[in-house]
Amino acid sequence: MTSKNKWLSTPYIIWSVVFIIVPLGMILYYGLTDTTGAFTLDNITAIASAGHAKALRVSLLLSLVSTLVCFLLAYPLAMILARVQVKRHNFIILIFILPMWMNFLLRTLAWQTLLEKNGVINHVLSFLHLPALKIINTPAAIILGMVYNFLPFMVLPLYNALAKIDINVINAAHDLGANHVYTFIRIILPLSVPGIISGITMVFIPALTTFVISALLGGGKLLLIGDVIEQEFTRTSNWHLGSGLSMVLMIFILINMVLSAVFDKDGEGSML
Amino acid sequence: MKKHRIYHIRQTIVALALLLPVALCGCASDKDASRQVIVYNWGEYIDPETIRMFEEESGIKVIYDEFETNESMYPKVESGAVAYDIACPSDYMISRMIQNGMLSEIDYDKMPNAKKNIGAQYYEQSRGFDPENKYAIPYCWGTVGILYNKTMVDEPITRWAQLWDEKYADNILMQDSVRDAFMVAEKLSGNSMNTLDAEELEAAKNMLIKQKPLVQAYVVDQVRDKMIGGEAAIGVIYSGEAIYTQKENPDLVYVIPEEGTNVWIDSWVILKNAPNKENAEKFIDFMCREDIALMNFEYITYSTPNVAARELIEEEDIRNSEIAFPDLSQYDNLETYVYLGEDGDYLYNELWKEVKAY
Repeated sequence: MTSKNKWLSTPYIIWSVVFIIVPLGMILYYGLTDTTGAFTLDNITAIASAGHAKALRVSLLLSLVSTLVCFLLAYPLAMILARVQVKRHNFIILIFILPMWMNFLLRTLAWQTLLEKNGVINHVLSFLHLPALKIINTPAAIILGMVYNFLPFMVLPLYNALAKIDINVINAAHDLGANHVYTFIRIILPLSVPGIISGITMVFIPALTTFVISALLGGGKLLLIGDVIEQEFTRTSNWHLGSGLSMVLMIFILINMVLSAVFDKDGEGSML
Repeated sequence: MKKHRIYHIRQTIVALALLLPVALCGCASDKDASRQVIVYNWGEYIDPETIRMFEEESGIKVIYDEFETNESMYPKVESGAVAYDIACPSDYMISRMIQNGMLSEIDYDKMPNAKKNIGAQYYEQSRGFDPENKYAIPYCWGTVGILYNKTMVDEPITRWAQLWDEKYADNILMQDSVRDAFMVAEKLSGNSMNTLDAEELEAAKNMLIKQKPLVQAYVVDQVRDKMIGGEAAIGVIYSGEAIYTQKENPDLVYVIPEEGTNVWIDSWVILKNAPNKENAEKFIDFMCREDIALMNFEYITYSTPNVAARELIEEEDIRNSEIAFPDLSQYDNLETYVYLGEDGDYLYNELWKEVKAY
């Protein structure tokens, strides 16, 4: 960009300052002070208290599991997408993105209706004389909600990375005697690492910070760190503690971003 | 010439970008502000038709906003991000707002309907949190009780203790709000639901932890829909929801538990810095008019303290309903929440978090 039209970025800069820098500054201020305004680290060390530490552990576990499930589901799909004809893959991607046009809250509520004891799925199962599905209000339902909501964020970067692999590279591997498994392990998988890292980031971070999914599908029985922070702001009105815990969560997000910066130097995997 | 034009565009864009926030703020407080009133009420707590009628009769525009819990209402009003005129909090939250000087005194001369139609016993009851009836005008009241599905239990449910019975495992819905959850455990043990005694609180916490494996879900407004749908056998619910749920599902029964419970009053209050105080007085008084109060009662089915409106109810079984208008004198263990102070709130919240995280 020449210096002449740098001013084009003015709206963006104003946007970033007002909606990113200022709120971050406020979080920092609240997180590092107590109700009297004095400096304290208590809000950050509060993460070590039994309840908070457990909430963080559960959140990490659930988001790791759902990231893994997303990855296992998305990789084969992305490979198929990357190899089908251009006309058809646009259609398949559309089908995948279509549910995302609907509101996130509504989609999660729909899952509640589906999974409930007297829900749609159990009605069908009992009609077929099959045993009822009992996963509503359990961690399994939360993972299902996370996988369903965040799967497209895994598929798209993976597809992007896989589609970029030159078919001639793969053909060359075959010519040189590599079988399909070996080609996959030595050629396709390493070349798709930027997409994998980007997909993991885009699933793991929202899964780690969610509070809606656990409230709607977990029945409020499993406290995630996102729930704790949400309640500190909306119910307890202890913004200091909420901000301090948010900062702890930011550390995990930063680690994730550093990892993706290391593995994805060219920003290849980022499609969205 | 070209350079010149670009310069002008740049100036315009920068000016627009800078002015945009100003313009956005401007709308809320434009010259027409004197003809509006900003109301902050519970979700689904009014017949929207009454708002339309008020706007038509008075020419005042109503800006209406909703909250889900007292605890989520308070910080928004306190921060002043939106200058509300009227709010409708519950008893203990009103006493907190009085203590913190957030409310404006009521001028009864400007509200003849409020003076005339609201039953004296409800003003009497309000003195628990508003000693001189200076700030709050009762809007709805009720109890917290048990709603159960008689086809899913083999005995009548009459006590909180039955919420700890293992045969109802995965069939119990608890309230996901700190005061209501602790109230159940405290009343069950025969303690006050306003206790700050460390031992009593610890015992209540342990009881709630013990109950957790039996609980299907901790929910707020969803108790209603889940009970109607037959998702659970027993739920902790506000009495006002009981009439509605029974209409939808006749198998449901509402009881006030033997161990006693919470009697609450939600009241209209005018905020200290209300920009449109006169309009706020007109709005509250309009809501106290008997025909309007009747419309609201029929729409939301929460017990009305408006005696004149109750007399207008046509269906006799509703007018004399034990659920809508229970005779509270037969109970001696009913209480109303009081504000516990900042330290007390903190203590309850920490204990509740331990229950939820367990």
